[in-house]
Amino acid sequence: MNDISAASSGPRLSLGPLLYFWPRDQVLAFYRQAAQWPVDVVYLGETVCSKRRELRLDDWLEVADALAAAGKEVVLSTLTLIEAGSELGVLRRICANGRYPVEANDMGAVRLMDGQPFVAGPAINLYNPHALQRLARVGLRRWVLPVELSADALGAMQAQRPAGVQTEVFAFGRLPLAYSARCFTARHYDLPKDHCELRCLDHPDGLALHTREDAHFLTLNGIQTQSSQPHNLLPALDELRGLGVDLLRISPQAQDTGTVVDLFRHALDGQLDPSEAAGRLEAMIPGGTCDGYWHGQAGMTHRVSGP
Amino acid sequence: MELICPAGNLASLKAAVDHGADAVYCGFRDDTNARHFPGLNFTPEQLRQGLTYAHGRGSRVLLALNTYPQADRWARWQAAVDRAAELGVDALIVADLGVLDYASRHYPELRLHLSVQASATNLEAIRFYVEQFGVQRVVVPRVLSLSQVRALAADSPAEVEVFGFGSLCVMVEGRCLLSSYVTGESPNTYGACSPAKAVQWHETGDGLETRLGGVLIDRFGPGERAGYPTLCKGRFRVSDQTYYAIEEPTSLNTLGLLPELAAAGVAAVKIEGRQRNPAYVTEVTRVWRSALDDCARDSAGYRVRPDWLTRLGKLAEGGETTLGALDRPWQ
Repeated sequence: MNDISAASSGPRLSLGPLLYFWPRDQVLAFYRQAAQWPVDVVYLGETVCSKRRELRLDDWLEVADALAAAGKEVVLSTLTLIEAGSELGVLRRICANGRYPVEANDMGAVRLMDGQPFVAGPAINLYNPHALQRLARVGLRRWVLPVELSADALGAMQAQRPAGVQTEVFAFGRLPLAYSARCFTARHYDLPKDHCELRCLDHPDGLALHTREDAHFLTLNGIQTQSSQPHNLLPALDELRGLGVDLLRISPQAQDTGTVVDLFRHALDGQLDPSEAAGRLEAMIPGGTCDGYWHGQAGMTHRVSGP
Repeated sequence: MELICPAGNLASLKAAVDHGADAVYCGFRDDTNARHFPGLNFTPEQLRQGLTYAHGRGSRVLLALNTYPQADRWARWQAAVDRAAELGVDALIVADLGVLDYASRHYPELRLHLSVQASATNLEAIRFYVEQFGVQRVVVPRVLSLSQVRALAADSPAEVEVFGFGSLCVMVEGRCLLSSYVTGESPNTYGACSPAKAVQWHETGDGLETRLGGVLIDRFGPGERAGYPTLCKGRFRVSDQTYYAIEEPTSLNTLGLLPELAAAGVAAVKIEGRQRNPAYVTEVTRVWRSALDDCARDSAGYRVRPDWLTRLGKLAEGGETTLGALDRPWQ
């Protein structure tokens, strides 16, 4: 079985699970391109809604094999909100796949991993070193910092991190903020959730939600609610390095993900100054980015210069 | 089914006990619990008095320690577990893995309830907490449908507790960061959603505006009943429609489902509202005591009495109630 590879000297780059619902061909084309991108780890699978079935587990495993053949470390991600028995059935199959490690996004997955190595995704609430140490006892090998935690909180976690556990930080993309049993996309179209007509397919970057004074506030993505703007930690690269972060996660968006990966890569490799890379990235995003959580502030805010 | 009532202070605790709560839940006066509001909650001495009062009248007291401590504040949660155990609370309501670990190792005799903030929505998650920490009861999120609650309760190795009445979270509890996205403080990190200090009310030419962290949550015209700007319960614009895009300002009320919940084997019904006053606690406890007694006496003949709905309607957020996800057909 492929393993979660050991920690390296500087941060490596990961491509997080695709949070949106794209047509099958678009997904396959995206990962064909990703095989050529300078990312080290790729997370694959559906984490938001079990009704999104353009790719089944066997399809994901084929994509995984292709990426592994291209030299990528592959991790299979799992659903975050698990309620129905059918959802547990899929989860059991993923946890027992025998080929690729698994990212747990619910404690149900942690239990099903039954002591095998796993990654705890951003929706697993790990807020203190005691929680981290406790999960390490049942197989935790890598954890993703909950997105609302700050650099200071991360520093305290790193100081008491259990041996053999890697740290990953959500470094770029719209922030996953909330999960509901209600589908806000179906609600927008006045459709019942069980007959949603798969409307998420029409919104490859989610549906924009504005306040009554037209400020872009949130993004609706089925049962998930996201930030309006991408969260961007490229300007904090030196700090992330200093904190011993092992992986920086880039969350797929419909446009320009490869360019984002390149800018992070160039900054990591010293080919571009981080502030120069960050400037180019900001220039690509008309509404700007946010990074408040990293600075211990409201997540939607943006600090213009570095720390 | 047991009736679990909220108490934000000693007067509310006494009101709940006097009017028939099987157990009362409360928290210490800090960020160790998910109702960290100014002027609310218990000092250790007040909790001691509350325990004496409740135990003397056959009720139990549960202590909510259900936020997620960060490293620099860990000592406060650990001390809270120690204090609660010393005082003899009947159970702790906990969400964080570290706190569960500490409590289960140091006080193996103390009952642990898994807080709704731990987001356990399926059987495998419940099994995890039972096997790892000996959790004896699980409070399930308000996102489950009745058929899902039924399936969980049938197989769960721990007792299942559901919310019966009060403010409604449409998001999975413990998995909603919207409040910190806007204000820097969330239920997980700080024990508060849409905290009052971030709220602004402005009378403008367009109507009364409510803001949270500067973000316009809603605007109310003449004759509209203005509500507190809980950020998921505002009106927003998506495409060309302005509506309650996330959730209406309503309250949960499951009185109509009591026979089904009882038949499903649900162990307890919880009333939300530690932030509410003793008059609320008195009225809600009285109504729910009557309803649970009616249901226990004659489940088949159980009917929701109109005066219960009238009385609860006056206490509900937005004056409206809903069955929430329990009423949904989805799988």
